[in-house]
Amino acid sequence: MTGDLFIPPGLIMILGAWLLPFLGRRVQAWSVLVLSSLSLLAFGLTAADSYGQIEWLGIELVVARVDSLSRIFGVIFHLAAILSAIYALHVRDARQHVAALVYAGAAIGACCAGDLVTLFVYWELTALSSVFLIWASDNERAYRSGMRYLIIQVGSGVLLLSGIIVRYVATGSVEFVRFTPEGGAMDAAAMLILLAFGIKCAFPLLHNWLQDAYPEATPSGTVYLSGFTTKLAVYALARGFPGTELLIWVGCAMTLFPIVYAVIENDLRRVLAYSLNNQLGFMVVGIGIGTELAINGTAAHAFCHIIYKALLFMSMGAVLYRVGTVKATELGGLHKSMPWTTGFCMVGAGAISGFPLLSGFVSKSMILSAAGEQHLFWVWIVLLIASAGVMEHSGIKIPFFAFFAHDSGKRPKEAPPHMLVAMALAAGLCVLLGVAYPLLYRWLPYPADYHPYTAAHVVTQLQLLLFAALAFVFLMKTGLYPAEQRATNLDTDWVYRRAFPMLIHGGSVVFGGLDRGLRRAALGSLQAFLRGVRTLFSEHGLFGRAWSTGIMTFWATILLAFCLLLYYL
Amino acid sequence: MIASQLPVLLIVLPLMTAPLCVLLGGRRLAYLLALTVSACVFGISLALMARVLQSGPIHYDIGGWQPPYGIEYVVDYLSGFVMLFVSAIAAIVLAYAPRTVELEIPGSKHTLFYASYLLCLTGLLGMCITGDLFNVFVFLEISSLSSYAMISLARTRRAPLAALRYLILGTVGATFFLIGIGLVYQMTGTLNLDDIAHRLPREGGPRTILVAFAFMTIGLCIKMAVFPVHSWLPNAYTYAPSAVTAFIAATSTKVSVYIFIRLVYDIFTPEFAFDLLPLDSELTTLALVGIFVASTSAIYQSDVKRLLAYSSIAQIGYMLLGISMGTQEGLTAGIVHMFNHALIKGGLFMVVGCYALQLRSVQLEDWRGAGRTMPWTSMAWALGGLGLIGVPVTVGFVSKWLLLTTAVQTEHWAVAVLMLVSSLLAVVYIWRVVETLYFHEPSGRAARAKEAPLSMLVPTYVVIAATLLFGVWTTYSAGLAGRAAAALLGAGS
Repeated sequence: MTGDLFIPPGLIMILGAWLLPFLGRRVQAWSVLVLSSLSLLAFGLTAADSYGQIEWLGIELVVARVDSLSRIFGVIFHLAAILSAIYALHVRDARQHVAALVYAGAAIGACCAGDLVTLFVYWELTALSSVFLIWASDNERAYRSGMRYLIIQVGSGVLLLSGIIVRYVATGSVEFVRFTPEGGAMDAAAMLILLAFGIKCAFPLLHNWLQDAYPEATPSGTVYLSGFTTKLAVYALARGFPGTELLIWVGCAMTLFPIVYAVIENDLRRVLAYSLNNQLGFMVVGIGIGTELAINGTAAHAFCHIIYKALLFMSMGAVLYRVGTVKATELGGLHKSMPWTTGFCMVGAGAISGFPLLSGFVSKSMILSAAGEQHLFWVWIVLLIASAGVMEHSGIKIPFFAFFAHDSGKRPKEAPPHMLVAMALAAGLCVLLGVAYPLLYRWLPYPADYHPYTAAHVVTQLQLLLFAALAFVFLMKTGLYPAEQRATNLDTDWVYRRAFPMLIHGGSVVFGGLDRGLRRAALGSLQAFLRGVRTLFSEHGLFGRAWSTGIMTFWATILLAFCLLLYYL
Repeated sequence: MIASQLPVLLIVLPLMTAPLCVLLGGRRLAYLLALTVSACVFGISLALMARVLQSGPIHYDIGGWQPPYGIEYVVDYLSGFVMLFVSAIAAIVLAYAPRTVELEIPGSKHTLFYASYLLCLTGLLGMCITGDLFNVFVFLEISSLSSYAMISLARTRRAPLAALRYLILGTVGATFFLIGIGLVYQMTGTLNLDDIAHRLPREGGPRTILVAFAFMTIGLCIKMAVFPVHSWLPNAYTYAPSAVTAFIAATSTKVSVYIFIRLVYDIFTPEFAFDLLPLDSELTTLALVGIFVASTSAIYQSDVKRLLAYSSIAQIGYMLLGISMGTQEGLTAGIVHMFNHALIKGGLFMVVGCYALQLRSVQLEDWRGAGRTMPWTSMAWALGGLGLIGVPVTVGFVSKWLLLTTAVQTEHWAVAVLMLVSSLLAVVYIWRVVETLYFHEPSGRAARAKEAPLSMLVPTYVVIAATLLFGVWTTYSAGLAGRAAAALLGAGS
């Protein structure tokens, strides 16, 4: 597909989505699948090149650029879209289908954007479309959580736009290339853009939207969400900031801090959201290291991660779909009636923990090796600890509490066939990539001469996994493992949640008396402020009501007098 | 032959048809006449613009009297551009109007309405095309008086009061402007804009010039509804018939902005206004305060028309920001935002008209859940709202991009940051409506409502589609605005 006859990647899905409302309800779900597959086909036929140069406000835009880095992300995004589409075949809600298609298409478009303006367009589109997947849950919690999600995503967009404009004014270019010269300092534009990427990538302290919003989406919505937003940010970071040392430390922090939260969290989809964060940390470290091996590792890890994370969210989604809850306290013993789901979940859990022969192993070890090659000892250690942590909360906790543990007595039906098919495909891919890893390595941005299955790698990993399992067993037996409690864990997002007291609805927040006092004071003053704003601006307030002609004329005179005074001076 | 007379035809045609609408008597006939004429006027503006693009500005001497003694009509990039979108909006709104007019205006007054509409169009186009300062005032009064009349035609009892308040304030503004004209005439002895620009003693001149400038700027500020002399606008827009609001909101304040640009950039020159006098910082301050106050007020409104009215006040602020930057890019941004905002606000008020027709209410609470029964109308609101917020691929983004680029270029960092923050306020007030439409259980009215008629939906979607089209294809929006700005600054220096 060269020359004039060229379709920007993702556009088939974005435009096709708008046909869905006109189709029959049954056909809609299948159309999502068909459109995604068509788009993949078209993408496969698109040769590596730059396409669609158009002029906009005197700026040369490159709507699509397909190279090795955007290729691998484009392929995995398509795969994720197809898997999620199969999983969502039961959904009879046009809103969700349209939102999901546009969202996936926008992410694909974004990873093929050749310039920053196009990137920004898709960037905003992913934010706007994805929020409907959260709202589709149709409850108050989801609505508010979606609102917070949207505000933060739009905030990221605003930062990105500012960064782009500052960069455009300074350099006259909007090309999407590496922002920092090798070893050079970051300028203001690069910092703004990094911050924008960082929000979407859920950097520590900027991460809360993820755990806040993902678990509130519909079962299939979360599967979609887990695939695109953050990985798009990973792609953008890999393109714009490879080898930025700061990212190594940010990534390390990202791998570590969610572990604590993930271990004590009760909502299993939220546990997965935390572990998503932890996995992103590996990729960010890889980008920070920035060597060819590290970037390869990042791309490979993103590829594998999207599949096994989607698989895990699918299995939890299936539980939610059948049982109506994914609270660890209310589950247990489900393996008796949902054996297939259990099995697929175990595969996913194995993959995320990095069991040899599964996909997580072949990609994660690349990043670890890259850290080792650069003699980043502490980074290597941190990643190792984090790997153990992953095993703890995603590898063991998720399947254990959902499907085994104490028997909750619930005997739900096995997941519907299309969900099982989607999970089976994802699980199959996990195994395939783990075994036939050269298949994956061929797609990587740089030529890969890497062998994951060396004795050292396998032994280290197995030791790690065994000790993590041992620790889990030990803690469970001695009763030291944090009991599953019906509690909401407070994360740093209370800062901004509190800043929007309208959005907060009180409830089961456990954070100590001191905080409560502070909170009351802050809430009080904020509410007073909002009340003040309201009285000033509402329809009967000073600025909201109609002024009498006398006052208006008075103001006109004042303004005139003021002007004259200014001019005379 | 006829081609050389186009500039005067543009004014004479609607001016002469207006009384015909009343004299002929038939409602249907009046409508068809008005529609035909406004379509012709649009065609003429299109032809004029094409000629300007081909062979430069057109000067037309009325009655063959040479300027500066006679009145001269001038079509250049700027006036051609403004006339083009004013006449386009006028034609589209008129095509959309009949159903809402039937509902909102008593039958006996329909002919009067169409006559006033044409007169208002005449006034607006006249302000753009004329090259004579006093003539500007005359046309300003024609457009204002006819819009007072149109507002007061609505069935609601509050409409006449709103019109009266608008009349008082509008007259104060017009009088200020007239005082300024008088002073300028006293100083230069001429009324021809070109001539004044050459003769005006700027630096070290008498203070009369300062007084004249102050009177004219404040007079126009009232007409543009700049904070804090904006207060006539919300009520006027709220209680006017829907079609009137759509037309006036999209065009009237924009033409005042056009006169303001002419005044500052052509007659008094930016050196005088921005370097000698502190008009730029004054405007920036008023604009920013206005943006925040008006956007916040918009958030708290329960009447959707009033919400949009406040948003209009805020949007005028963005135009002023662009104008007050004093650079070519800034001016381009200001001019193109006139066009962009005319499309967006025109489109959104047309959507409001659809709801007003089907739900018989413009109160937000009556709109609850209307997204289900009126999907197309609601979709139009969402798309237009995206434009107002400035989401990419809409015209709003073009304005935002240009304004921000200028702010960064001229190192107005605070302005850039405040502008970004204020665009989030727009998200809130637009979203409140979208949320009400889509995420609430239908209200009684909404549940019973049917989709708006095609005769209204099609024109609405033409405007909404234009907000998307010109968000991507900027050759004739930002491109023309850029040439207009270049011409203004080239002539000014």
